[in-house]
Amino acid sequence: MIPDLGKYADAVLWSYAASLGLLIALVVLSVMRGRKVRAEMEKLEHRMSRNG
Amino acid sequence: MSIAAKANTLWEYANPRKFLATSERVLPFFWMTSFVCLVVGLTWGFFFTPDDYKQGSTVKIIYLHVPAALMAINCWLMMLATSLVWLVRRHHVSALAARAAAPIGIVMTLIALVTGAIWGQPMWGTWWAWDPRLTAFLILFLFYLGYVALWEAIEDSDTAADLTSVLCLVGSVFALLSRYAVNFWNQGLHQGASVMRAAAITGADTEEKVSNIYFYPLLLCIIGFVLLFIALVLYRTGTEIRARRIKALLARERLNG
Repeated sequence: MIPDLGKYADAVLWSYAASLGLLIALVVLSVMRGRKVRAEMEKLEHRMSRNG
Repeated sequence: MSIAAKANTLWEYANPRKFLATSERVLPFFWMTSFVCLVVGLTWGFFFTPDDYKQGSTVKIIYLHVPAALMAINCWLMMLATSLVWLVRRHHVSALAARAAAPIGIVMTLIALVTGAIWGQPMWGTWWAWDPRLTAFLILFLFYLGYVALWEAIEDSDTAADLTSVLCLVGSVFALLSRYAVNFWNQGLHQGASVMRAAAITGADTEEKVSNIYFYPLLLCIIGFVLLFIALVLYRTGTEIRARRIKALLARERLNG
């Protein structure tokens, strides 16, 4: 499945692993924080509208 | 529509509600297209392009290294533009957009530095050299860290936006140097531009440029990185706007007892 990368296989595979790992971590952490902040804001707005 | 009218339409997005409504509408498009471009571009580049006659299979690192380096520089330039808008027009959304973009810039710079080091070791025989381009990139990375640290260190968000905007102006020198250092000093291990060089594309010069076999999947990866950057900036700016609203609501709640 993986093409024959010859003697540079380690360099190529490490580059892809590190880069994709960093990109995925960035997206996941951004979405997690986004959801947390949105939920917190909605909760606060709900509480404030209830209390007038 | 006149230019003045178009400019006025653009400033409407300085309204947080308008920004959030528009970004929520366009975000699925950017997430989807960036994902498709990256999957197709990286699969094409990794599985279906041949080894280079000089660099062997390490040429496949180009599909991550070049787009990441490009975005590391352009992310800072985007932060510069939004920082200037903040300094001149005092639109909070622009300051928050710059803040939201900084961590993306950190990741892009880190990918460029890490893949560059991994690529450099077999090709140059060293992980790192104090080459003008590499050094400018390292300083740009440190500027990104300083920018994020400054935002976190200052409680008052307007003061933080002012100071980080000034830092952004200063750091822009290194963003430009990381692109043009090779041209200025004409030394070091890193090559000059071989992908996005107008003279090479039009045939006006005869210097080496990337072969089309590698160029087309690379172009797709670059488009994917640009779209991913836009998606992340829009999403993260929305988060920053909501975080700012939480602060304002809590302050109002405290005031009301």
